[in-house]
Amino acid sequence: MSARRDDQADCDLAILGAGPAGAAAAVEATALGLRTVVVDEAAAAGGQVHAIAPGVTPLPRDVDRAGDAMRAALARSGADCRTGRRVWHLERHGDIWRVHALAEPSEPGKGGVAETVTARALLIATGAVERHLPFPGWARPGVIGLAAATRLLKAQRLLPGREVLVAGAGPLLFLVAKTIVEAGGRVVAVIDARRRRDWFAALPAMATRPDLVARGLNWRRELLACRVPILHGHRLAAVAGDAPALHAEVVAIDRDGAAPSGGASVAFRCDAVCVGYGLLPATDATRLAGATHRFDESCGAWRVDVDDDQRTDRPRLYAAGDGAGIAGAAAAPWAGRVAACAAARDLGALDARAHGLRAAGAKRSRDRAARFGAAMARLANVGDGAHAGIAATTLVCQCERIDRAAIDAAVDAGCTTLNELRSATRCGMGPCGGRLCEDAIARLAALRTGRTQAGVGQPTGRPPLRPVDLDALAGEFDYASLPIGTPAPL
Amino acid sequence: MTRRYDIAVIGCGIMGATAALRAAQNGMRVVVIERDAAGSGASGVNAGTLSLQIKRVSLMPYALRGHAWWRAAGDAVGFRETGSCTLAFDAREQALLEERMALKREAGAPIEFLTPRELHAREPAITDRVVAASWCAVDGHADSSRTGVYLRALLREAGVETREHAGATGIASIDGGDGGFRIDLPGGELRARRVLLACGAWTADVAARLGVTLPIRVRVNTVSVTEPGPRRLSAGVGHATGLLTLKQKSSGAWLIGGGWQGRGSPQEGRGEVVAETLLGNWRLARFAVPSLAHVRVIRCWTGFEAWVDDHLPLAGPLPGVPDAWVLACVRGGYTIGPCIGPLVADAMLGRAGDLPLFDPARVLASSAPATAHA
Ligand SMILES: Cc1cc2nc3c(=O)[nH]c(=O)nc-3n(C[C@H](O)[C@@H](O)[C@H](O)COP(=O)(O)OP(=O)(O)OC[C@H]3O[C@@H](n4cnc5c(N)ncnc54)[C@H](O)[C@@H]3O)c2cc1C
Ligand SMILES: Cc1cc2nc3c(=O)[nH]c(=O)nc-3n(C[C@H](O)[C@H](O)[C@H](O)COP(=O)(O)OP(=O)(O)OC[C@H]3O[C@@H](n4cnc5c(N)ncnc54)[C@H](O)[C@@H]3O)c2cc1C
Repeated sequence: MSARRDDQADCDLAILGAGPAGAAAAVEATALGLRTVVVDEAAAAGGQVHAIAPGVTPLPRDVDRAGDAMRAALARSGADCRTGRRVWHLERHGDIWRVHALAEPSEPGKGGVAETVTARALLIATGAVERHLPFPGWARPGVIGLAAATRLLKAQRLLPGREVLVAGAGPLLFLVAKTIVEAGGRVVAVIDARRRRDWFAALPAMATRPDLVARGLNWRRELLACRVPILHGHRLAAVAGDAPALHAEVVAIDRDGAAPSGGASVAFRCDAVCVGYGLLPATDATRLAGATHRFDESCGAWRVDVDDDQRTDRPRLYAAGDGAGIAGAAAAPWAGRVAACAAARDLGALDARAHGLRAAGAKRSRDRAARFGAAMARLANVGDGAHAGIAATTLVCQCERIDRAAIDAAVDAGCTTLNELRSATRCGMGPCGGRLCEDAIARLAALRTGRTQAGVGQPTGRPPLRPVDLDALAGEFDYASLPIGTPAPL
Repeated sequence: MTRRYDIAVIGCGIMGATAALRAAQNGMRVVVIERDAAGSGASGVNAGTLSLQIKRVSLMPYALRGHAWWRAAGDAVGFRETGSCTLAFDAREQALLEERMALKREAGAPIEFLTPRELHAREPAITDRVVAASWCAVDGHADSSRTGVYLRALLREAGVETREHAGATGIASIDGGDGGFRIDLPGGELRARRVLLACGAWTADVAARLGVTLPIRVRVNTVSVTEPGPRRLSAGVGHATGLLTLKQKSSGAWLIGGGWQGRGSPQEGRGEVVAETLLGNWRLARFAVPSLAHVRVIRCWTGFEAWVDDHLPLAGPLPGVPDAWVLACVRGGYTIGPCIGPLVADAMLGRAGDLPLFDPARVLASSAPATAHA
């Protein structure tokens, strides 16, 4: 890594994430004259909703056409699109952001190549992570997340199994179930933690996007036409057995997500389980960049604080898309454009009037779509009753194999914040960086301490954002070139 | 009613906590005030290296006693007596190593020299580029992340009141009456006959409230950890300059430190990892143990370490403020804290210890400091 002058940057705007938000922002930013670099770890732009894998031909479905259109627009825009780069660290030196990435290895087993992009402004558009609710058996082979299943189905054209139980909450539930059916799999049942009246209650907020409501109803209709049982107000309680012979136990739950003791349970046999409880903004990058976050009670999630122009409270740092609060794939591109306009304004490429005119339409579309997306996020946020019922011996952190009892014990020993719990038990400190378990740990800690989840706090943002191969970054070097400083005092 | 204590310790790191424990044993009514959580400062994020080879010669007797305390703590803090080696890769480093380790051995550390062949017989994973090495069998490490939980339990057991998440926002001497101090906390105030400032990198901020300007500086040390890998190394590994600490924990995870600098200041809240220095640290580690090649780093962080120009502790009365004491800036303080904390607690009661303290007055400019009064 060569020394750089702090006042020189490779580009005006660096965008982390080439999903709908980041890609739209890149198109807008280049149109406004900003030299733009987009960095994404995926092999192609598209993000989660338009994910494609190399060598896999997507079926001609609407969403894929939209993805292709998006990729084409991005390619035409003239933005420098660097895919296959895992971003592991973000720094701000003087007025310049440094985005440290690691390019995919040229051949398997090799470490990859380090690369740093410097920019006058930085947009973080890293999307969402899935919320999981730990249950006995959630680490078993054959059990995967709903969001992970969408990737498998879309990008890989693979079925998670032949006889699949689909469980959890939120819109991905029906999307995954109907996609499995379309692709020739069988869905043994859809287990929805929400009751039908919860969906009806969300209708007014959803009415801002009648097209999306109609699409969702269609999915449901298709499933019923294929005689897929849909159990509302139920939750997956446990999965036993070894794939492909899995036994799933499903229980009825109350409004808060709790299963009344002695309540009825239903058993299913299946060879795969897809389960997830909605999405959470991926805040690892915005935390690392030092932006302020706040807890959104209704969605039960932390999100970076942004203003109406997608600006965070750090200078020339913007956030857009699901990473800045779950608003859904329809809102993401509009939020991306709003962010690009703000960056152009802040970098002097747009005057106040031109900025106002250009951003106004995008903001309206963003807000309309976001109301729908936020309603979905609320719906997916099942109450803490489900967490209260997690058994003492259920693994909460899979990486470090920490069960609930260990977390409760650490709280009883005086830990009150997520950071303290992580230190004391190492929960959430494994390779997944807490992405799988952070929400559950925070909720358990809140329950045990009697604090709010906001009071339990977020973990400190630290690099690397993704595990990085030490050798890939350390690379080839000469011992004599190492900047070994003055020896420690004798 | 305002609570009144014999001693208020501000800061619940290794220094403040071990001082408080001794004060309680001495029969004092003690309160420990901690802005964040016990062990949330340097004491909970350091590299956990308990190595005599990286201790200063003049601090060796303290390090030996501190080391024994950690050994006694044992499993509760993940203590392992693995032994460790210090490596030299060229003639200059060899000279440094030989001079320094001989002096440390004289100061009481059981350090011996190994030939490269003896070294490799012990630790085959170490590079064959070593020209000279030293060895200390009692060196080892603890899991610093468990420090807070451990200290909290000890304090509870000893009946020391500990107020966490309660930063001292103000502190002032009380005029008249019995004297003592008033300390402002978010939820009210408390009073104490004596105070001990043991706020690590924040000590100067608190001393300033008592009108004393301590010329404390701060280093921003970086530590990295990898995901567990196959077992290759049982001893700790250091470098002749002292700028590397490397160990493989029993989980198989590698911990890489050595005081490579990040950025930031304690006043801004947290330090930041700087990619450029991080890579230097990794390269040195990778050079020392080549098989560290394809292992994935999963987290890097920084912590603040306070120091003064002569790299010796501030351990004694706060100049110009009767009944106020300070304990900070101890190089290798994680190891030495459990020795020097109790020494200061004894001194606060006028009990002379068997090892001398380090008068903070030496670092002040000649003009006498002003005293703040309530
Ligand atoms: C696994 C998953 C599947 C989903 N499937 C669907 C779906 O099928 N339909 C739907 O409507 N919604 C889906 N969603 C919701 C999704 O978040 C959409 O709302 C939409 O994709 C959001 O767009 P975005 O641009 O904000 O983020 P994303 O589309 O998630 O794009 C973020 C991009 O950032 C990149 N990135 C993140 N961190 C790094 C890093 N450190 N280094 C380099 N690159 C990084 C990612 O590779 C990704 O391409 C899914 C979410 C997830 C998590
Ligand atoms: C990254 C790193 C690696 C290190 N590695 C090693 C090593 O391997 N071996 C070794 O021996 N030493 C090591 N050290 C040094 C060692 O960690 C420190 O010397 C030692 O922990 C200092 O302890 P302390 O109690 O003085 O400070 P701290 O542990 O920092 O404690 C000070 C406490 O005071 C609190 N505080 C501050 N202001 C206030 C206020 N106004 N009111 C209330 N509370 C307040 C803070 O929150 C903090 O908890 C390392 C240091 C760092 C930073």
